[in-house]
Amino acid sequence: MENKNRLDLNTELMVLNMGPSHPATHGTVRFFLKLDGEKVVHMETEIGYLHRGFEKHCENGTWTQAFPFTDRLNYCSAPQNNVAYALAVEKLLGVTDKVPPRAVYIRTIMCELSRMADHYTNLGAATLELGALTAFIYFVEARELTWDLIESVCGARLTSNYIRVGGLASDLPEGFAARVKEVFAKNRVFWDEFDKLLTHNRIFLDRMRDTGGISRADAISYAFTGPCLRAAGVEYDVRKAFPYLAYRDVDFDIPIGTTGDNFDRYLVRMEEIKQSMRIVEQCLLQLPSGPININDASVRNPSKEDGKTYMESMIFHFKNTIEGIQVPKGEAYVATEGTNGEVGFYLVSQGGGKPWKCRVRPPCFALTQAIGHMCTGHYLSDIIPTFDMINLIGGECDR
Amino acid sequence: MGRLIDLCKQKLGGAVLSAHEQHGDETVVIRKDAMLTALRWLRDDNDTKFDFMMDLTAVDYFGTRPRDERFEVVYHLFSLTHNHRLRVKIPVAEADPAVESAATVWKAADWFEREVWDMYGIVFKGHPNMKRILLYEEFEGHPLRKDYNIRKRQPLIGPEN
Amino acid sequence: MFDYTYLPSPNLIPSLVEMMLKIMFIFTMNMGVFAPVLGWVERKQSALMQDRIGANRADIFGFTLFGLLHIASDALKLLVKEDFIPRGADKPLHYLAPFIAVVPALVAFAVIPFGGKYMLWGHEANLVIADLNVGMLYIFAVASLATYGAVIGGWASNNSWSLLGGLRVGAQMLSYEVAMGLTLVGIFMVYGSLQLTTIGMAQENFFRWGIFLQPLGFILFIACALAENKRTPFDIPEAESELIAGYFTEYSGLKFAMFWMAEFLEMVTIAAVLVALFFGGWHIPFITHQGLIDAMGHLFGPNFGAIAAMLIHAAVFWIKVVAWIVILMLIRWSLPRFRFDQVMRLGWKIVLPLALMNIVLTGLIILAVR
Repeated sequence: MENKNRLDLNTELMVLNMGPSHPATHGTVRFFLKLDGEKVVHMETEIGYLHRGFEKHCENGTWTQAFPFTDRLNYCSAPQNNVAYALAVEKLLGVTDKVPPRAVYIRTIMCELSRMADHYTNLGAATLELGALTAFIYFVEARELTWDLIESVCGARLTSNYIRVGGLASDLPEGFAARVKEVFAKNRVFWDEFDKLLTHNRIFLDRMRDTGGISRADAISYAFTGPCLRAAGVEYDVRKAFPYLAYRDVDFDIPIGTTGDNFDRYLVRMEEIKQSMRIVEQCLLQLPSGPININDASVRNPSKEDGKTYMESMIFHFKNTIEGIQVPKGEAYVATEGTNGEVGFYLVSQGGGKPWKCRVRPPCFALTQAIGHMCTGHYLSDIIPTFDMINLIGGECDR
Repeated sequence: MGRLIDLCKQKLGGAVLSAHEQHGDETVVIRKDAMLTALRWLRDDNDTKFDFMMDLTAVDYFGTRPRDERFEVVYHLFSLTHNHRLRVKIPVAEADPAVESAATVWKAADWFEREVWDMYGIVFKGHPNMKRILLYEEFEGHPLRKDYNIRKRQPLIGPEN
Repeated sequence: MFDYTYLPSPNLIPSLVEMMLKIMFIFTMNMGVFAPVLGWVERKQSALMQDRIGANRADIFGFTLFGLLHIASDALKLLVKEDFIPRGADKPLHYLAPFIAVVPALVAFAVIPFGGKYMLWGHEANLVIADLNVGMLYIFAVASLATYGAVIGGWASNNSWSLLGGLRVGAQMLSYEVAMGLTLVGIFMVYGSLQLTTIGMAQENFFRWGIFLQPLGFILFIACALAENKRTPFDIPEAESELIAGYFTEYSGLKFAMFWMAEFLEMVTIAAVLVALFFGGWHIPFITHQGLIDAMGHLFGPNFGAIAAMLIHAAVFWIKVVAWIVILMLIRWSLPRFRFDQVMRLGWKIVLPLALMNIVLTGLIILAVR
């Protein structure tokens, strides 16, 4: 076979190294390609360029110290990772039901806001890499507005570090609902603009349709989750299948694709932005008043004021900070719907203030695995929209 | 005891070493030599139908458990049809850190198994491409083992100039 | 068959002066005005389209001049940047490629008329550098030379991405040259000439502009011209997210600037050809060529009147060119990019048959009218 190829010039393969520093492989990933002309014959994916030992870090800090690390998993939607981790620790502690409802609703709002921001980033990056720079800037503007909202809640745009075990870092700011209304009005205008600019754009359609497709069965076998799975026609969303937070009390739809190609992924994401807006609006309407932190000083630190006034509160501050929250022996797995798919935290505690194991199930790890399967046999140019719609986030994939 | 645990015990018999339910998560511990048949059965049986292998990882119980069950390979399975989840654990001895590869059962297992090899040094027999995935080939040791010193320095690699 | 009018007439000195002035004018227009300013226009226009403020960082004592100083800073940066040649590159060809790319873009302008003919002190001034009777053929010929620049640049760089870019250029340019030639056959049939001055004069009547006589030809030509220009949506040879920068990945400094310049100059040429063929050249709608000269003659006397008319005509031509450049940039900043096979399909399966159909239709209509 090898010799035959060498004799016949027409079938000699071109070996190409795409990445890790290539304009399209953002998040740093390397593709090892063999090309027959413009067609990809063989594709190997190499990840790990952003590995920074997330699990080892978590195992060597207290339970609360893991929060900033979780921010940096999927850095486009940090609050979702915070929430997933907090839910897992609360499950281990057995205090899931004791988290005050206001905190639950605010967590839901933050999750959905970050989902919107993440989808904007992802779709924007996709259009950018297809050459439509203007559409990208529009998406970024919409995302900035959404990030402004997140910033007004927790002071950070990207790495929010906002959720705590048993509650939140702070309450919503004054006039948040009004600000959301204002931003969503603008975002809806933007949404229509994207729709006009892209959904019926023939060139965009040609680039996205029938590229990077995956069958329903393969998507399941590859453990696809999130928009990529739903684009393949599988009706699975953790928010509906295993409702957590306030998702049981709000009304929203799950968009399902049919073909599993990039265009369906795009459509699913676009629709999810709209649904997220719906969820946030409903949550704001139903938002209960009350405390935002669990009334259990051994889980969530008492307020700063108490800590400086009462002896016991101060002791809890000390204990919680230096020894960490004392989590009983056991193990728990919590699945949440991240922007890319199922973000699951598998925590093992041997008792004490530090996690024995803190495993995160990264959705785009499973998605990236299949990119070779989806791109082989297609054109070199098809790698770009496929890779974008997979939405590889280096921080999450490589941990 | 949960429904799935009963089902597993009934169908898999001696393969199930133990089982427990904690915080609503059902867990079965399965013998290493029967794992592949058990996983296949879990995927194919109409009552279990675990078509998703959501997560695969390992836990190192170094110092807290006897050496012949130091590691545990943990599968998190999910069934789309029945909307239920199951945790499957396989104890692995320190002296023989090797289990069967599930890459033929679920395609997703490929990279997840490579990661476990990378981080814990557990070999998956029959895996098509048992290489490190997140770390580089020249990395010494397996960092998520509890006896891996967190202050350990790695040798410099790369071209010598 | 050969037309000798462009050769020096018996009174050599005025002809020589005229020729030098025209070449200087075109050269300054292209190299002095368009090549640098278009970089600024592109930044400013894209910024405007994208709700940004745009180029405004370069300043002298705090004055940014609407970002115009970026032209100077760009030029300075490109001048002093390291001229990098990768290991294993074919050095002579690596040097040659940018020149091959930029020269055709410049010389194509020689046959494009930016005004008509004017009598100045008994000497007839013709506002075109070379009034070739095969003008359009010359443009096609020269434009196809530009392909070599890109292909050679891609090959000589010793880089897989450059090579892929070079191959894509080759395939794309060849395909669209075929189609482009055919799209314009209709125009030649309608006006009965390949000479751009003749075509220009024939469009004196507003309703006989190329766009009205050849609407299909115009649309097809614009598609081909965009493809020849290698800008979005046809920028697959240099698609930055696929091929990094395609054939000029390994170029830096002034050589990179030359590729950059070639792209802008090609855009000017395309706009100029569009105006000359489809948008009445230097003519103002509803005012005849001679009419303007006469009107100006009444105001300023015959000679100075002719000069005034000449200036007005040249200004009209360049305004139309600038308008077209803006439209071309609008397209560039609005659309995503095609895929390689889609570009080919568009060229061979859509544009080419339509162009052939256009020829047949034009022929039938001409027959019917006669």
